Amino acid sequence: MTGEKGLPPPTCCAGRQRCCPASGRRQVPHWQTGQLATPAGMVPRVATRLQTRDKLGAWRVRWGLGRMDYRVPPGLYAVGDPDGNAPVLVSANYKLSFDRLRRELAGLSLWLLVLDTGGINVWCAAGKGTFGTGELVRRLEAVQLDRVISHRTIILPQLAAPGVAAHEVKRRSGFRVLYGPVRAGDIPAFLKDGAKAAPAMRLVRFGLLDRLALVPVELVAMARPAGVLFLALLVLNLAGGGPPVALLGRALSGFIPFLGAMLAGTVLVPALLPYLPGRAFAGKGWLSGLLWTAVYAFLIAPGSGWMATASYFLILPAIAAFLALNFTGSSTYTSLSGVVREMGIALPAIVVSAGLGAVGLIVSRLL
Amino acid sequence: MKDRYLRNVVTLRFDAARCDGCGLCLEVCPRQVFAREGKAIAIVDRDACMECGACARNCHRGAVTVRAGVGCAYAILMSRLRRRGTCCGETCGCSLEEDPTA
Ligand code: SF4
Ligand code: SF4
Repeated sequence: MTGEKGLPPPTCCAGRQRCCPASGRRQVPHWQTGQLATPAGMVPRVATRLQTRDKLGAWRVRWGLGRMDYRVPPGLYAVGDPDGNAPVLVSANYKLSFDRLRRELAGLSLWLLVLDTGGINVWCAAGKGTFGTGELVRRLEAVQLDRVISHRTIILPQLAAPGVAAHEVKRRSGFRVLYGPVRAGDIPAFLKDGAKAAPAMRLVRFGLLDRLALVPVELVAMARPAGVLFLALLVLNLAGGGPPVALLGRALSGFIPFLGAMLAGTVLVPALLPYLPGRAFAGKGWLSGLLWTAVYAFLIAPGSGWMATASYFLILPAIAAFLALNFTGSSTYTSLSGVVREMGIALPAIVVSAGLGAVGLIVSRLL
Repeated sequence: MKDRYLRNVVTLRFDAARCDGCGLCLEVCPRQVFAREGKAIAIVDRDACMECGACARNCHRGAVTVRAGVGCAYAILMSRLRRRGTCCGETCGCSLEEDPTA
């Protein structure tokens, strides 16, 4: 992917983890169950059942508590008892992608070709080009796939298509690329149907569950700025004096409107995304923030004074709008051009509105 | 329900004169932007395009072009601030591969 007009291609999901530690002998990974002899040497066999530690890792990632800090060694693997006619699936060497794939393959016999995508999942690696034509062709040669199987067809996840040019692969390696379904869960049906994907298998989804699954990560990412804000409020309230409990109480009650705005941007927006009016994410966030501000100003804390109330209306929806704008990266249907367009309008408005609100809020406290 | 983002912003271009109707773009597009109309291929849902670039990369006739990229505000902001950074860690479009029902 290339950026145009001086816009560098956005980086996405850069991997932080390192591969196998340099020291010592390589241990047999826990997901390996034996080996299979092939004309191109021994091939490790992969278990299709996930263990508790695999599931724990997935859970940690969902809560944003760190990625799984290891990669699957690239290369050829066997699932079940494949022969020379068995299908070949290609995947990334991000542990979660690998786990999601293998748990769907119980009872099947096939080959699994794991590319070196730098420990990054299929979609992001394809966008970066690490799940690309070059790596695929190199890996096909390295594992001598042509000696292991008698046919010349490999099945790639559809989401790898932004990085792989099927016709280039054919020209450079002789292998024909078939694009499989978007979701690993559809692979058994895809294979059963003679490597044909039903139209629904080709679509990305973004249903309520998909959206809600992203909320934990958003919440964890917000914890730090929220903590900083709370501390700032605490410090600001020091001036008022009084016993520590009263101090804490004042800081907390000052924090609630902001907490609500953050939740509006990170929980309400994902949950209600298709139902919030308009198409721009910032607009959807602004409306959710406005809703919260109205609830706060008129129901929870009426009588805050006109200046504080006006300031809240400036600052809170702006915060929610910003957080919603951030959610574009998590959604599965925004385009680069669209986000650039939206940011050009929304960001200045957000900054001005929040800035005025912050000034107003401080002034209202001093008066 | 198919979500759609902003109207008339995407950079997707299709040159029907070059297309031989092989249909691979239909297959790789995760947003059903293309459809077959009779024998010919046509863009039927431009605003659904997320500029992933899959169609352009896989068109052996060079009939499709698009400025491919990631629609992630955070990544764009970071690259503008010239900060090389990790975008949203695990969540940047990665939700495409999540399957919360499983
Ligand atoms: S991939 Fe290219 S040549 Fe094939 S149908 Fe699509 S536009 Fe036409
Ligand atoms: S860029 Fe991606 S979403 Fe847009 S038409 Fe091509 S394949 Fe479909």
